[in-house]
Amino acid sequence: MSDIINLTLSALIDKIKKKELSSQEITNAYIERAEKSKDLNTYITTDFENVIEKAKKFDEKGNFDYKLPGVPIAIKDLFCTNNLKTTAGSKILSNFIPSYESTVTQHLWDEGAILLGKLNCDEFAMGSSNETSFFGNVESPVGKKVVPGGSSGGSASALAAKLTPATIGTDTGGSIRQPASFTGTVGLKPTYGSCSRYGIVAFASSLDQAGPMTQDVSDAALMLDVISKYDTKDSTSVNFKRGDYFKSLSSNIKGKKIGIPKEYRVDGMPKEIESLWQEGISLLKKLGAKIIDISLPHTKYALPAYYIVAPAEASSNLARYDGVKYGYRSEGENLISMYENTRSAGFGDEVKRRIMIGTYVLSSGYYDAYYLKAQKIRRLIKNDFDEAYKSVEAILTPSTPSSAFKIGDKTDDPVSMYLNDIFTVPVNLSGLPAISIPAGKDKNNYPLGLQLIGKAFEEQNLLDISYSMEKELSFKNNLQDWWIK
Amino acid sequence: MSIDLKTIKHIAKLSRISIDDKKAKELEKDLNSIFEFIEVLNKVDTKKVDPLTSIAETSLKFRGDEVKTKNIREQILKNSPDENKDFFVVPKVVE
Repeated sequence: MSDIINLTLSALIDKIKKKELSSQEITNAYIERAEKSKDLNTYITTDFENVIEKAKKFDEKGNFDYKLPGVPIAIKDLFCTNNLKTTAGSKILSNFIPSYESTVTQHLWDEGAILLGKLNCDEFAMGSSNETSFFGNVESPVGKKVVPGGSSGGSASALAAKLTPATIGTDTGGSIRQPASFTGTVGLKPTYGSCSRYGIVAFASSLDQAGPMTQDVSDAALMLDVISKYDTKDSTSVNFKRGDYFKSLSSNIKGKKIGIPKEYRVDGMPKEIESLWQEGISLLKKLGAKIIDISLPHTKYALPAYYIVAPAEASSNLARYDGVKYGYRSEGENLISMYENTRSAGFGDEVKRRIMIGTYVLSSGYYDAYYLKAQKIRRLIKNDFDEAYKSVEAILTPSTPSSAFKIGDKTDDPVSMYLNDIFTVPVNLSGLPAISIPAGKDKNNYPLGLQLIGKAFEEQNLLDISYSMEKELSFKNNLQDWWIK
Repeated sequence: MSIDLKTIKHIAKLSRISIDDKKAKELEKDLNSIFEFIEVLNKVDTKKVDPLTSIAETSLKFRGDEVKTKNIREQILKNSPDENKDFFVVPKVVE
């Protein structure tokens, strides 16, 4: 079984297609390991009984031409799954059973994948350390009492701990890339409009995007092939010609122009991140890429603008949780007090903070000063990228300004927690694709990631560059399975 | 600019979240530190900048108004937080 869990997604699929491994063998291996890994608290809901049935069915009469034939996969608990509890890490949805399936997860099942269960995440995807979940903190397999990052922390932890061969997360301000960076895994945020938002519990609708979290770049390409599709159920889904990402992967990046933005060199950034970045630059040069210094002058305004735009959209999206039709309810003497009590008891502190910020910036008299201002800043940030892309094809930056930290280290100060996303947020504000790949380790042996940012809808280019870097980096997590019981 | 306790309670009311005085004080501290962080935006001259309202600059598409999911009444009502599974029940609204 140790052989099974050590295989990448594409290697696993190869073995299934050659009938060297059955879906049942694989599924059982992952279940067995999950049972021994409960201390990491990666799962909110498991669906093991059903998945065993599905694996059996696949082995009996499955279609081996599928892209994910009989592959068991666990997913972030932000995707609605028909008839299976979907909580978004919140008390207010702790008993919610959707009557429909998200488009992205439907694509997985349509290609033969089967669902292991739903993975922990920050409440409504609001957090950078998986410490805001109603279902408790997630521990990272990279170290005891270390956060896996967030909001897709359960996904990152489960993937790094080899409890699922691949997974999908969502990224509103860095929620795929930051946890990928913290756990030594690959995380891809596709261009806004690539993957349908239908059936994903909404946080900030103009920023939210689903994407793959995988063991390597090839697996990310494979997953993107499955989940990136035009969808009429999402009014912002874009009907562009998608690539054949996995098949087209190329490690030839000779002559590609890669930009290095000087504004990503921030005060207080650890030396090891600076040197990781320099090593990345040298590696790209060695691979034949052309390095060009660029400027993204409005970078420092991205995070403050994000903390207006995202909470504003969240306060509106989360207005639906009122205890009337589904979810948790706390009674009150009249309708209004029922709403107020429900929302007070049903939401955690971080979610309340963001609803309050959003309500304030949208309230009468403050809209122009905050929300409109932030939208204008957003335009300037996007313009910076548009200008840079006149001379380069992709941009290389560190994924995060620090490596993973200990549980509890940043929970007292919201702003210090927000600073985690300083390098990832500009991408969401501009709707661009970006990928985080593991590139080194810090003095504690915790992983560090590099981020590549691409042009809109040019995921292939991004995958090719990271694929060529990955080959040379040959990063290994070498986890010691200390959490196994 | 700072947000006072009275404003915090007003925002809580608008947000339909009940908070006690202790919570209000906590939120006052947190929100002020967040808004202090946001203040930097005022340094940017945006007089001539158009706001970016949507990143996918496409117009909304039309679709037929067709029923595609049928017979899920029971499934939906099962999620009702109230005991009654035939209707959604709320506290009395009309006297």
